[in-house]
Amino acid sequence: MAILVNRETKLITLGLTGKQGSFHTLQSRDYGTNVVGGVTPKKGGMVHEGIPVFNTTTEAVKQTGANAAMIFVPPFAAADAILECIDSRIPLIIAITEGIPVQDMIRVKQVLRNSKSRLIGPNCPGIITPGECKIGIMPGHIHMPGNVGVISRSGTLTYEAVFQLTQREIGQSTCVGIGGDPVGGMSFIECLELFEKDPNTEAVIMIGEIGGSAETDAARWIEKSMNKPVVSFIAGASAPPGKRMGHAGAIISGGDDTAEAKFRVLEECGVSIARSPAELGETMARILK
Amino acid sequence: MNIHEYQAKQLMRKFNISVLAGEVAYTDEEACNVARTIGGNVWVVKAQIHAGGRGKGGGVKVAKSLDEVKKLSKQIIGMNLYTHQTGPEGKKVHKVLIEQGCEIAHEYYVGIVLDRSLGKLVMMASSEGGIEIEKVAAETPEKIIKVVIEPAVGFTPFIGRKLAYGMGVEDEAVQKKMISFFEGLYNLYTSKDCSIAEINPLVVTKDNNVIALDAKLNFDDNALFRHPDIQAYFDPTEESPQEIEAHEAGLSYISLTGNIGCLVNGAGLAMGTLDIIKLHGGDPANFLDVGGGASKEMVEKAFSIILRDKNVKAILVNIFGGIMKCDVIAEGIIGAAKSLDMKVPLIVRLEGTNVALGKKILNESKLKIIAANDLADAAKKAVKAAGGV
Repeated sequence: MAILVNRETKLITLGLTGKQGSFHTLQSRDYGTNVVGGVTPKKGGMVHEGIPVFNTTTEAVKQTGANAAMIFVPPFAAADAILECIDSRIPLIIAITEGIPVQDMIRVKQVLRNSKSRLIGPNCPGIITPGECKIGIMPGHIHMPGNVGVISRSGTLTYEAVFQLTQREIGQSTCVGIGGDPVGGMSFIECLELFEKDPNTEAVIMIGEIGGSAETDAARWIEKSMNKPVVSFIAGASAPPGKRMGHAGAIISGGDDTAEAKFRVLEECGVSIARSPAELGETMARILK
Repeated sequence: MNIHEYQAKQLMRKFNISVLAGEVAYTDEEACNVARTIGGNVWVVKAQIHAGGRGKGGGVKVAKSLDEVKKLSKQIIGMNLYTHQTGPEGKKVHKVLIEQGCEIAHEYYVGIVLDRSLGKLVMMASSEGGIEIEKVAAETPEKIIKVVIEPAVGFTPFIGRKLAYGMGVEDEAVQKKMISFFEGLYNLYTSKDCSIAEINPLVVTKDNNVIALDAKLNFDDNALFRHPDIQAYFDPTEESPQEIEAHEAGLSYISLTGNIGCLVNGAGLAMGTLDIIKLHGGDPANFLDVGGGASKEMVEKAFSIILRDKNVKAILVNIFGGIMKCDVIAEGIIGAAKSLDMKVPLIVRLEGTNVALGKKILNESKLKIIAANDLADAAKKAVKAAGGV
C-alpha cells in the first residue's frame, strides 16, 4: 500500500516525443513504472522507444487503459493538456511543466473541482512510491521503500529530505511534490488525508515555503484530524519581502506568509519543526524511535 | 513584472478606466511642455519609480504654475528617492509623470488579488483610501469589502453594487461610474494577465467623477509571452544589472546584502541554503537557482554574476543532482575558475546523479576547493571561510 500510485498504475505521457518528456518517461520506465503510451498530436500511430503514440488522450486511454498521465507539454499549451486529461477522465494527472500562466490554472482549477480527476502540480517533480512506481523527474535511486510519507512544494529540497531519510535507513511510502505555483492541484491537506488513511504510512514530512497559506491551513487540519506525527520545514526564512524566490508562488506578500509565521502556527498545532533543512531526517528519526 | 504608474494609466485608458490627463517627461523642459499641453492651472509632478510611498519620500509635488512644474521636475528628476519599499539604498528617479490636478471629495481603495487557496480572483474595496491597505486590514478589517469572482462568469453588476454600497457610495450617478470603473479594471486584469491591480486612492471628485489617482499593476511573468505590449513596458533601469543578466541566461538570481555567494539547483533548496547559512551565523550575498537542466556555460555564467558582487568573500555551491548531473556542475566550476580568476574560497557540496564522477573531476583539477560532506557541513565551512563565526 501507498498513496495514489503503485504497481497497478498505467502511465501515459503527454509530450512524450519531446526531449524532456522522452528522457524522463524512459527514466520512469527503467525504474519500473508501467508506461503504456504517449500522446503527441499528429504523431499518432508512431512507436517511440517501444511506446505507442496516440493523437488524443481519449484514444490513448481507450487503447491502453491508462489511469495516470504525466504532462511535459510546454507552458503555453500545458493547461489545455490538463483539460484534455480531465475530459478523458484520467484519475491522476501529474503536471511537471513549469511556467503555466496563473489565469490558465484558475480555469483548470474550476474544471478540476467538478471532476473526479486529481492533479499533482504543475511546476513539480512528480510522485514516487519507492520500489513500485515513479512518475516525474526525481532521481529514483535515492529513495527506499518504507513508511514515511513526504509532501513538498519544492523539488531538490525534497530530494534532500529523502536522501537524509534513506541514509538513516528510514524508507518512504510515497513522496509527492505538489509544486511551487500559486494555483495548483492537490493541496497539502488532500495529501495528508490520504497519508492519514494509508496503513503503510507511519509519519509524514511536509516541506513548505514562504507565500500563501497552504502550510497554515494544513497545520490547523493536522491539529484537528491527523493522528500520525508530522515533521515540517518551511524554506525562505531569510527571503526578503516582495521578492519572488525562484518559484512563482514563493513570495512574501503580507505578515502571515513568512516562514516565521508558518513555523509558529505549525508548532502551535503540534507539528515537529526542523528549523534547518539539514535536520529533517534526524527529526524524523527521533520521532520514530 | 512591475510597470510604472504612467504606463499603467496608458493601459487603463484602453480599458475605459478613467484617469486624469497626463504624460511622462524625462527632463524639466519636457515636463513644462506636457503641463502646457494638458492646460489648467494645477499640476502634479510624480516621480516614476517601481516603489510605493513616493509621496512621503518627497517624490510627489503639486505645482501651481508652469515655472513651478519646471522647478519641481528639475528637483525630482535625478534625485535618489527613499521610501519604505526602496530599501536603504533608495532609487534614482529618471522620469516624472505630469498630471492634471483635481479636487478630491473622497478617497477610496479598490484592488484585485488572487486568493491562492480558492484559486479565484477577489475584488476588494474600502472607504479608507489613500493609506496602506495592509494598515486598514490590520486596524479596521470591517472597512474592507471583498467579493470572490467566479472565473466562469466574470464580473457582473452585483459585484460592483456590493462594493459601492459597502463603501457607503449611494449616489446613483457616482455608483454607476464606479461600477463601470470596477468592470474595466477586472477586464484589464484578466485580459492582460495581471498578478496585482491596486488603485489607491480611487477618488470621487467634487464634480462627482470617479478617477484613479494612483495605479499599481503587476503582471504574471509566466504569461508575458502572450503580451508583447506589456513586455515593451519593461524598464531595465529599475532592475539590478546582475538580475537582468541572470534572467537572460535563464538563471533565477536575487541579490542580497551578505558576503557568501550561493550557487544552488532548485528554488526550494536555494532558499533552504540561504536559511541554513543564516542559522550558522553567516549572511548570504544572493539567491541563485541554476535550474534543473543547466549546462556548463550556465554554471560559468552564474559564477561570473556572483563574482561581480564585490562583497562576496566565499562561494558555496550546493547541488543535489536530479536532472542536473554532478559532473556537469564540476566542469562548470573548473571552467569558471579558469576564466574568471577566482580568488575567493570555494566550498562545494555535491550529491545525487553522477556524484562520484563529479568529485573525481574536481579532485583531478587541482583547484583549491573546500569539499563539504552534507548541507550543514557546507554551511559551517562557508561561514568560516567568509570570515564569520
